[in-house]
Amino acid sequence: MSQTVASQTEYNYKVVRQFAIMTVIWGIVGMGVGVLIAAQLAWPALNFDTPWLTYSRLRPLHTNAVIFAFGTSALFATSYYVVQRTCQTRLFSDKLAAFTFWGWQAIIVSAAITLPLGITSSKEYAELEWPIDIAIAVVWVSYAVVFFGTLIKRKVSHIYVANWFYAGFIITVAILHIVNSMAVPVSLTKSYSIYAGAVDAMVQWWYGHNAVGFLLTAGFLGMMYYFVPKQAGRPVYSYRLSVVHFWALVSLYIWAGPHHLHYTALPDWTQSLGMVMSVILFVPSWGGMINGIMTLSGAWHKLRTDPVLRFLVVSLSFYGMSTFEGPMMAIKSVNALSHYTDWTVGHVHSGALGWVAMISIGAIYHLIPALFGHGNMYSVKLVNTHFWLHTVGVVLYIVAMWISGVMQGLMWRAVNADGTLMYSFVQSLEASKPFYIMRFLGGVFIVVGMLVMAYNVLRTVTAKSGSLATDANAQMA
Amino acid sequence: MTSFWSIWVIVLTLACLALILGLLLWNLKNYVGVKEGESCGHEFDGIEEINNPLPKWWTYMFFATFVWAVYYLAAYPGLGNWQGLAKWTSSNQGVTSLAESKKATEEALANGEKVQLDQEIIAAEERFGPIFEAYAKQDIETLAKDEKALEIGQRLFAQNCAQCHGSDARGGTGFPNLTDDDWLYGGTPDKIKETLLQGRVAAMPPWKDALGEQGVKEMTAYVLSLSGRKVNQKDAEAGKAKFAMCAACHGMDGKGSVAHNLPFGAPNLTDNIWLYGGSQRAVEETLNHGRAGVMPAWKDILGEDKVHLLTAYVYSLSQNKQ
Repeated sequence: MSQTVASQTEYNYKVVRQFAIMTVIWGIVGMGVGVLIAAQLAWPALNFDTPWLTYSRLRPLHTNAVIFAFGTSALFATSYYVVQRTCQTRLFSDKLAAFTFWGWQAIIVSAAITLPLGITSSKEYAELEWPIDIAIAVVWVSYAVVFFGTLIKRKVSHIYVANWFYAGFIITVAILHIVNSMAVPVSLTKSYSIYAGAVDAMVQWWYGHNAVGFLLTAGFLGMMYYFVPKQAGRPVYSYRLSVVHFWALVSLYIWAGPHHLHYTALPDWTQSLGMVMSVILFVPSWGGMINGIMTLSGAWHKLRTDPVLRFLVVSLSFYGMSTFEGPMMAIKSVNALSHYTDWTVGHVHSGALGWVAMISIGAIYHLIPALFGHGNMYSVKLVNTHFWLHTVGVVLYIVAMWISGVMQGLMWRAVNADGTLMYSFVQSLEASKPFYIMRFLGGVFIVVGMLVMAYNVLRTVTAKSGSLATDANAQMA
Repeated sequence: MTSFWSIWVIVLTLACLALILGLLLWNLKNYVGVKEGESCGHEFDGIEEINNPLPKWWTYMFFATFVWAVYYLAAYPGLGNWQGLAKWTSSNQGVTSLAESKKATEEALANGEKVQLDQEIIAAEERFGPIFEAYAKQDIETLAKDEKALEIGQRLFAQNCAQCHGSDARGGTGFPNLTDDDWLYGGTPDKIKETLLQGRVAAMPPWKDALGEQGVKEMTAYVLSLSGRKVNQKDAEAGKAKFAMCAACHGMDGKGSVAHNLPFGAPNLTDNIWLYGGSQRAVEETLNHGRAGVMPAWKDILGEDKVHLLTAYVYSLSQNKQ
């Protein structure tokens, strides 16, 4: 089925290779820090009374590393690969693409230094201080120039659906980042947001939820639309479904932020509006899942033998699950129970570890052999081992957080016959401890899986060209 | 919100929903130009797209959420200044004081508006109020021996007081221990209740400028000597000479305002209980920079009946000493 017009040498694979390798490395770093802070929640002494090892400083390091280092490197790698192959043209500018790679890595390194030092703007998922924020804006605009420049010089008439999603994600993330990070600097390492009070909170969660909506959803749907049909060797299920769910998804997501601020000082009308849009959003979200899963029609048997496809398809199941759970949690009366509990943490990780990480890992397993001139990964068996380690880890994590979250919500609202609260906060923490340990174990499974991946990638990359033959059971395009 | 912004919100919201609905209706039709179930004809790196119709159950679900959205936005606030047919709000918005809040509650009740927080408070008062009302009729000495009453009092303490005084009520730096017999404003039931209802504000002024570095050192020596600590005698003598300035609150003997029936909350300096620490350094800091102690007033937060029960609990803590 490979009828590529352009040969590989005409595409810029160098930057794709760089980002693909860094995805694996940052994945290990980000998830490793996650495991450490998960352990600290169960055994607080693990911060060793060292300021830069405390939960408060490592937690933003963990979130920044998994979202912006691991996840975004995967998005850079796949978008540069997909846009070239589906437009049948080389990247708009090799130099600018190289700048985005080195620029982005420099930003990640500066985040890894400043966050443990306690330098933070204190905005969740936007903790980096103003000089780094400016650098992000510059690199991101360069990314947009490379991506859209490539789209413009495409050699096919239509723009493939994967590129709609990547395009939407690139534009919106630029707007979100610039608007939310507007601040007045008072020194090189400290600035204050130009927004105040409820407006600040609203801008922050307009940004925060759309970081989820556009970076962690739209971007990865772009990935899904290329790697699922490619790995399954099947056509996309429904063109018209992709039209409806793309436009509905991007126009609804942007409204959903207020559901992070239910029962706060935010005006009632804003809260309700956020809730209404979040609930409708459930349907177009599932549109993407349906289109991905139905693409497997006629190729279901491949799941038995191809662990890469298994990663991709299971990620879609987690996507469906979290996009059902999210709108439910956005309903005020459900939110009254779930808000501020571990349920939120479980929900985020079913999206992050189940959907985002699994689709990225699947895509990287597809990419690495293609980028380094092999028919397949060094060991398909190890890919399978990784699949099971990761799946068990995610399930342990989510189940632990569901139980502990719902339990916390119920304990906090339980009252005695006299109307006083039945439990103190500390009692709810004590009750959560076993689940914190369970969550930590889930994290260990996931990080071990990532190390298996790193070994497999290393062996593939360093293998002699052509020495890894195509496995008939797991076709690479 | 001005009517301009209200209209802005309404137009944007409805336009967004209408566009999505239009998009859905448009895609129910086959406009692609090939039969349903066939390839659309484009191909990208080997990937084709099939012109399959939208799944029916999914389309119905989409319509259902639209119907629900229209209902919700009609019934509840969401469309700009539109109040909603249900006349519901979560709380009295925009109030900045308890007085304003009370006024808004009364107005909302008179207008038949559903203010959720107010209604929840009223329901809780109806259900739990009588329990505390009954206890409020008994005197504090009696309640302090009533196990059931103390159990409830302990819960009230855990939720409202433990943040500062600790769950064992032994306090901490800056927060008095409630289990000993040392009282800043008096330990009788009446005095404790007064403290809880009205709150207390204590101010130790800074003496750095008046005394100077040497003066603070001397005064520290004298103050520490009052509780029998070994100090430099010469310094202590010099401090004693200036103690008159402290006596207005702490008394000439340094036994504190309670001993002299004064309402200042000035601690007894002759015992070995130190609210802000009894090391030489801590006392010097207190003298240099002063201290400000604040106990909030609970009358409007908990109501008198609950405060009565809480008083009994706090009183009992210092009575059970053998």
